[in-house]
Amino acid sequence: MKRIEDKIAIGCLWLSSLLVLFFLLVLLSYITIKGLPVLSPRFLFSFPHGVEARGGISPMIVATFYLTILSGIIVSPIAIGGAVYLTQYAKPGRVVRIIRFGADALSSVPSIVFGLFGLALFVSFFGYSMIAGGLTLSLMILPVAMRASEDAILAVPRSFREASFGLGATQWQTIKNVIIPVALPRILTGLILGIGRAFGETAAVFLTAGMALNLPLLPTDPGRTMTVHLYLLATEGISIDIAFGTALLLMIFILSFNFLARFLGARSVKGGS
Amino acid sequence: MSDEAFEVKDLDFWYDDFKALEDLNFEIKARAITAFIGPSGCGKSTLLRCLNRLNDLVPDAKVKGAIKLFGKNIHDADVDLPTLRRRVAMIFQQPNPFPFSIYDNVAYGPRIHGMKRKSELDDIVESSLEKAALWREVKDKLNDSGLELSGGQQQRLCIARALAVKPEVLLMDEPCSAIDPISTQKIEDLIYELKKKLTIVMVTHNMQQAARISSWTAFLLAEDESGSAKLIEYGKTNDIFTKPKDKRTENYITGRFG
Repeated sequence: MKRIEDKIAIGCLWLSSLLVLFFLLVLLSYITIKGLPVLSPRFLFSFPHGVEARGGISPMIVATFYLTILSGIIVSPIAIGGAVYLTQYAKPGRVVRIIRFGADALSSVPSIVFGLFGLALFVSFFGYSMIAGGLTLSLMILPVAMRASEDAILAVPRSFREASFGLGATQWQTIKNVIIPVALPRILTGLILGIGRAFGETAAVFLTAGMALNLPLLPTDPGRTMTVHLYLLATEGISIDIAFGTALLLMIFILSFNFLARFLGARSVKGGS
Repeated sequence: MSDEAFEVKDLDFWYDDFKALEDLNFEIKARAITAFIGPSGCGKSTLLRCLNRLNDLVPDAKVKGAIKLFGKNIHDADVDLPTLRRRVAMIFQQPNPFPFSIYDNVAYGPRIHGMKRKSELDDIVESSLEKAALWREVKDKLNDSGLELSGGQQQRLCIARALAVKPEVLLMDEPCSAIDPISTQKIEDLIYELKKKLTIVMVTHNMQQAARISSWTAFLLAEDESGSAKLIEYGKTNDIFTKPKDKRTENYITGRFG
């Protein structure tokens, strides 16, 4: 009796894990089949034109990377700095708990709320722009990026810290010369995963960076990211084909980020430097 | 230079509410090897970490009494901690080289203390590895990661890294417990050689090791319910091992407990 129960249970578990893989494959192949015909060098490198937005999506690709890189540049030092403070300097206690709680709360705020906040604060200052979008996205991914950096720093063995202090290093020398270099591969993995969220973000972006079709060059230029483009093409019924092409390209980029993050993470296991 | 490296007076030590060390009084001779022996958890390592104030890293640790290093109390307000720890360097139980190259491991200390010239660093890396009896084995692969060495080599690398800051005292917390017998032999020879110029204080679990290489031995024991460690007996290693004055010392070294 027991045996049969076991087998049924294991079968159900096996089935649910298989379903996950199945849906992933269905999703990926559907998008690939629908999107692949659109993909071409012209799609990557030229501007959209006409009422059906034929042509390419190069300004959107540029806007997407622009925003992602900009928010990465803004968020990285703050995330690493905050993580170093929380793990190395702050006395465990009330203040640290409040900061952690704040960070967790911040990460559960819906992205459209960040968008609204960015609209009220940054857009009124800079107008719809890369910088307004970048600042908004930075706020959005800061908690995740900081948490990841904290975990990376806490994973540095205590014995390295002791060795460094035992040789007469100060706290800051230990952080700068041992803790951050040793934690760096894992910090980068965390940051890339956090920034990956910015890459796929839609709601917070169209309220702050706008939907203009131009190629953004200056930080004060507005721009339309790939996700926003996809959203508009689909909701306005402009071109479902191009929407799928955009979706496929997005997936390719995001999967590459994940592979890059994994690659860096795997390197850190062997011990960096 | 006085004959005593350390003078410990009325030393009490607490982790939070737990009194780990109680009323310790003794002196450690300069340019000699002193061994701390005693059962596990009796506060030997804690005492060792008091000597370079590494316990300051532990939140809620508290210390009372005086520890003088060559006549100067290390708890005085004008003592600079980095300088103290440079003078009193530490070797840990588990070899803990940084995941950097062999060269960068040894150069770490001199660099943080401000040495920048490549030629000076090269010299000190070579002479430190030489003193740690590792130079011949690694001179052709100074850029390899320190983690690629064997356990015994890693421990000698850690010794070289400590010697590079030119310490006066070397604290060793069971330096051989995590490595094989042949490497242990090499490290014991090395420690014996080093005592000509340095004061060495080592914690060991290994009675034979204490008897073989130390000149002075301190026996610590936490026996009553409080769990606080006291110094039971302290003297020349030879006396402690051949004619201990205290029954508890005799019981411990003859292997009746611990």
